[in-house]
Amino acid sequence: MTESTLPGALVKNTEDDVMDTLGADVSVPPPDRSRSLGMMLLRFALVFVFVIVLWEGLKFIGGTPWRFSTNDGALFNFTWFPPFPMKFASDLNMPHLWDIFGAFIQPAQRNGPPLIQVLAQAAVVTMQAALAGFVIGTLLGLLLGTIFAHSPLLERALVPYVVASQTIPILAIAPMVVVWLKAGWWSVALLAAYLCFFPVTINTLRGLRSPDPRAIELMKSYAASRWTTLWKVRYPSALPYIFTALKIAATTAIVGAIIGELPSGLGEGLGRVILNFNSEYAIRPHKLWATILFTALVGILFFVTVILVERVMTRNMRKLES
Amino acid sequence: MSVVSISSVNKIFGKPGENQTIALKDIDLQIEQGEFISLIGPSGCGKSTLLRIIGDLISPTNGTVLVNGKPAPQARENREYGIVFQAPVLFDWRSVEKNVQLPLEIMGKSPHERTARANEMLELVELNGFQKHYPYQLSGGMQQRVSIARALSFNPPLLLMDEPFGALDEITRERLNAELLDIWSRTKTTIVFVTHSIPEAVFLSTRVVVMSARPGRITQIIPIDLPQPRSGETRESPRYYELITQVREGLRGGEGMKE
Ligand SMILES: Nc1ncnc2c1ncn2[C@@H]1O[C@H](COP(=O)(O)OP(=O)(O)OP(=O)(O)O)[C@@H](O)[C@H]1O
Ligand SMILES: [Mg+2]
Repeated sequence: MTESTLPGALVKNTEDDVMDTLGADVSVPPPDRSRSLGMMLLRFALVFVFVIVLWEGLKFIGGTPWRFSTNDGALFNFTWFPPFPMKFASDLNMPHLWDIFGAFIQPAQRNGPPLIQVLAQAAVVTMQAALAGFVIGTLLGLLLGTIFAHSPLLERALVPYVVASQTIPILAIAPMVVVWLKAGWWSVALLAAYLCFFPVTINTLRGLRSPDPRAIELMKSYAASRWTTLWKVRYPSALPYIFTALKIAATTAIVGAIIGELPSGLGEGLGRVILNFNSEYAIRPHKLWATILFTALVGILFFVTVILVERVMTRNMRKLES
Repeated sequence: MSVVSISSVNKIFGKPGENQTIALKDIDLQIEQGEFISLIGPSGCGKSTLLRIIGDLISPTNGTVLVNGKPAPQARENREYGIVFQAPVLFDWRSVEKNVQLPLEIMGKSPHERTARANEMLELVELNGFQKHYPYQLSGGMQQRVSIARALSFNPPLLLMDEPFGALDEITRERLNAELLDIWSRTKTTIVFVTHSIPEAVFLSTRVVVMSARPGRITQIIPIDLPQPRSGETRESPRYYELITQVREGLRGGEGMKE
């Protein structure tokens, strides 16, 4: 996060607190975050294993009969007839995990590159648009939140519209944006931004109003300007709120970008891949599942990046008890 | 010229027609350079309100407040107030040192000057060596000392303190009282101090202002003629007890008048 993400960057010469929180500090050992990050990964892995066991367990009890054969390259011959076949656990609804993971290395199209490569290329395209949308949405959210925090009049006048904007399904807006902006990369980014700015606006507003009123009075007694108060007290106090919003925005940016790609007819992003495999689902469900997994991973990557930035920026912000 | 000159100040909260609170009524008070004034009175009698009016955090409904001969808002713009609240109100993302430096940063002092000044102030409140700590790593008493260091950092001629030691235990409070007197005698700052504790008011002050509630008025101003500097011996002198009794009776009298 740099000062360019904050509208208050207009203040000059005051070194800002938001940056101060980034400043290295040697003598106080920061709380041990690496361990908690390790714990987070471990917990994630545990749940992942649990889901795998559950998934294949269900298939074992109620799935479609399956067969490994050395003719197909398996190591041994094996046939299994699940005792209680259930519709929801059929291969169409819940493909075997080895089929799903296997799909990554198999060609996506006949004689094409493996699916994983197709997905990676598509993900880069989508992530660029999502990132651009995330940045635009965040900036817009910070700006609106800041304006509303300082003007109750504008807040009352405009917040209902901000809320209304989010009740309109993005699918309805996407074609319009695409027509306006001529089905391009920018229209996708803009749709991602459209989903991102809302949580950032609301949480920035809330966060900027969160400081202790006495802290504001102190600033008043130092004859600090509005900007200085905003920069040195309000933004730092708002950081935890803003980061909560950024975590939401990080994931919605991906969703927004993918949905934005659908009507734009852009052939390069994850949206197009999903659409293709949607139509093939009845024949090759594992490909769509593989794509879903990959997309989720992209979202998680985005989310984790935000968490890491948050940890660095708020590492000394332990709430006092008083 | 008085440091603080308050004449016929009234403060009414609430708009006309609604249920209004007369927080302060006909307040007149002159505070001279180098005085240590305590405001004491029952809860809700307007002590904090009076302090906040002096500091121009709120304005009086009518009457005038002059600080060093200027209207209070102008004194605030000139940064003539240091304020300490009951809670330390430290910024938890700033180290102790950075908290103390905050006013100096706002006033555009150079980093070198800020560091030097912050070290000096932390020395004064006996927190040398805690520069790089963060507020959550300090005890309540230490946090309050940081907030005092912060208030003194820019050398304000007037220090306004609203029950700064109210949340502390008796032993810490007595130690901080001694420290505050030491700071006061060294910095020659004029102090207006709100407290609920009669012994604390008597021990610290040059004059105790006794207030009564509904409406908030000054009922008595008691000069404290205990010798300076005050020390542990002060707390044992007969005169100290006499004055405590006098303030207590002043408070009772105020209550009596209400009934
Ligand atoms: N912002 C406000 N709006 C309305 N009434 C207020 C406001 N601030 C204070 N009052 C009222 O003014 C009166 C004086 O309040 P003040 O806080 O000055 O009392 P105090 O003497 O500091 O009390 P305490 O010892 O409990 O801190 C009280 O009756 C209170 O209800
Ligand atoms: Mg009070």
